[in-house]
Amino acid sequence: MEWLDHLALGLSVALSLQNLSYCLLGCLLGTLIGVLPGIGPVPTIAMLLPITYVLPPESGLIMLAGIYYGAQYGGSTTAILVALPGETSSVVSVLDGYQMARAGRAGAALAIAALGSFFAGCVATVLLAAFAPLLAQVAFKFGPAEYFSLMVLGLLAAVVMASGSLLKAVAMTILGLALGMIGTDVNSGMPRFDLGFLKLQDGLDFAVVAMGIFGLAEIMANLEQRERRVRITDKVGPLYPNRKEFRESWPASVRGTFLGSILGILPGGGAVLSSFASYTLEKKMAREPERFGRGHPAGLAGPESANNAAAQTSFIPLLTLGIPGNAVTALMLGAMIIHDVQPGPRVMTAHPDVFWGLVVSMWVGNLMLVVLNLPLIGVWVKLLKLPYRVLFPAILVFCSIGVYSLDNSLFDVWTLAFFGAAGYLWTRLGCESAPLLLGLVLGQMMEENFRRALLLSRGDFTTFLTRPVSLSLLLVAAGLLALIAVPVIRRKRDEAFVEE
Amino acid sequence: MRLTVRNQPDFWAGALFIGVGLAFGLGARHYPMGQASRMGAGYFPALLGLCLALLGLALAVQACRPAAPRASVRRPDWRVAGIVLGAVCLFAALLPVLGVLPSVFILVFVGSMAGHDFDWRVAALVGLGMMAFVWLVFIQGLGLVFPAGVLG
Repeated sequence: MEWLDHLALGLSVALSLQNLSYCLLGCLLGTLIGVLPGIGPVPTIAMLLPITYVLPPESGLIMLAGIYYGAQYGGSTTAILVALPGETSSVVSVLDGYQMARAGRAGAALAIAALGSFFAGCVATVLLAAFAPLLAQVAFKFGPAEYFSLMVLGLLAAVVMASGSLLKAVAMTILGLALGMIGTDVNSGMPRFDLGFLKLQDGLDFAVVAMGIFGLAEIMANLEQRERRVRITDKVGPLYPNRKEFRESWPASVRGTFLGSILGILPGGGAVLSSFASYTLEKKMAREPERFGRGHPAGLAGPESANNAAAQTSFIPLLTLGIPGNAVTALMLGAMIIHDVQPGPRVMTAHPDVFWGLVVSMWVGNLMLVVLNLPLIGVWVKLLKLPYRVLFPAILVFCSIGVYSLDNSLFDVWTLAFFGAAGYLWTRLGCESAPLLLGLVLGQMMEENFRRALLLSRGDFTTFLTRPVSLSLLLVAAGLLALIAVPVIRRKRDEAFVEE
Repeated sequence: MRLTVRNQPDFWAGALFIGVGLAFGLGARHYPMGQASRMGAGYFPALLGLCLALLGLALAVQACRPAAPRASVRRPDWRVAGIVLGAVCLFAALLPVLGVLPSVFILVFVGSMAGHDFDWRVAALVGLGMMAFVWLVFIQGLGLVFPAGVLG
């Protein structure tokens, strides 16, 4: 019973007083920014990175993870109460959740969302504990060629699953990889693309770039739109779902959990896609599909469970292969590198306390969120009234101070402004920022493996095609690309993202 | 036949990728290339630059095809962008001179002007609040060190 030992180790790490408090802090912060529209988990995690430098790695990662899944809970609260999704992943929860609230069942809707998320969190934690070691076993057999192909697959899949133009997203990924080249070449010690700045010889800090393109650029995008008046449902009603609601929602929760768990493992899947997919599934399975959009509990329970499950299983590829599937896990990868935890299959053996502590903390965090959030709903609703003109200057301060304190460098603050401008302009051209961040984080690793693979094969490029595992990874990548070229699937993909 | 750009965002995005791709590709020539079996520092960046430029070219060409959907670039809001970015740059410039707390106040105050419902009293209050927060959490709590400036 090896996994029992692991679980025990994880419990001992996650239940230490210090880690419990950081988990709680992360969950509360996550809920807070989940509730507040205009700020999401990506800039928050980027802003808090400098603070985690002073913490031991497991505490820092536990807190950052808490922000991510806490945001899923918070986002659904506002979706239900004010039809204002705090996060993209809770956009579909508005459809039926808000209708339930209007019918006086807000409390029940919140409880269904929270319990569904909790159930999903529990299952996803078990899946993470069960499958991560298996996947790591496979990854141990990987050579540089396999790793390179895996990264190609990961980056491509992330792009295919995302919305918008495929060509632009691939280009943004490559732009990110290219920006990752800035800095000192590990093999020859030669500084590259430093443009004469000494600071750039250490490379671009991904946290600075992330705060620029997600923090600053989003502020500018938000300020262009006039503030929407928020209508808040004051009557929350009883927190207990009645028997009919319960009977209709639990099967949806179970289905949503499994759908979300699977989609979360896939690179690029993550919380957003799985909530949309779950809603579609529930509507297809329902006996009275016409009730969807009018407050059907299944239309809320399914997506809410799915997005939480996916948020958690998206850590599987990160922790076992060292490949991030979305912007949040890309930041987590960066945080691990900062803390000298080399991401990849070795995390489990070299830092078992970090790995199992993080896994168990996710379960603990989910429990905290259910226990704390239902009674605290009144507080979160009040926070919704916080006007953006108070919020955005505060984000400006957190970004600027956070960037400066990374390295006590003013150069980083100028870089922040530069990437704020760049991010604002390229979103105008319909280019997305998330693929760039993935590329930036993986750039150096990808080059390393590319070089080593060709060194081993004496410059023979067919090495990527003659090694069976590498070949199959590339074939899957090619298959994904071919799939998206099929008109029917392409249309479906566009439809799925229309509501975003 | 005159070439018309039907899809403006795609075209300009393509131009951007071509430009950056070429910059990386040409910049990589300053570093040793080596060969595939023993790559130099310039090999992989040159490859990336080439890929990026080619993708950019494909995008730009596609944007001019007669079948391309018509789209234009939404004009950036220069006022908002200028104030937000200006406030951050001002912060970077003032931090070594004034020290952290006055710089934070100026960052908040100037940054607030980007909102359409700017009110100097609210901005000043938020500024003071953020000063207190930075002092309490970042300086006292986390022990971060900032330049003292001429006043410190």
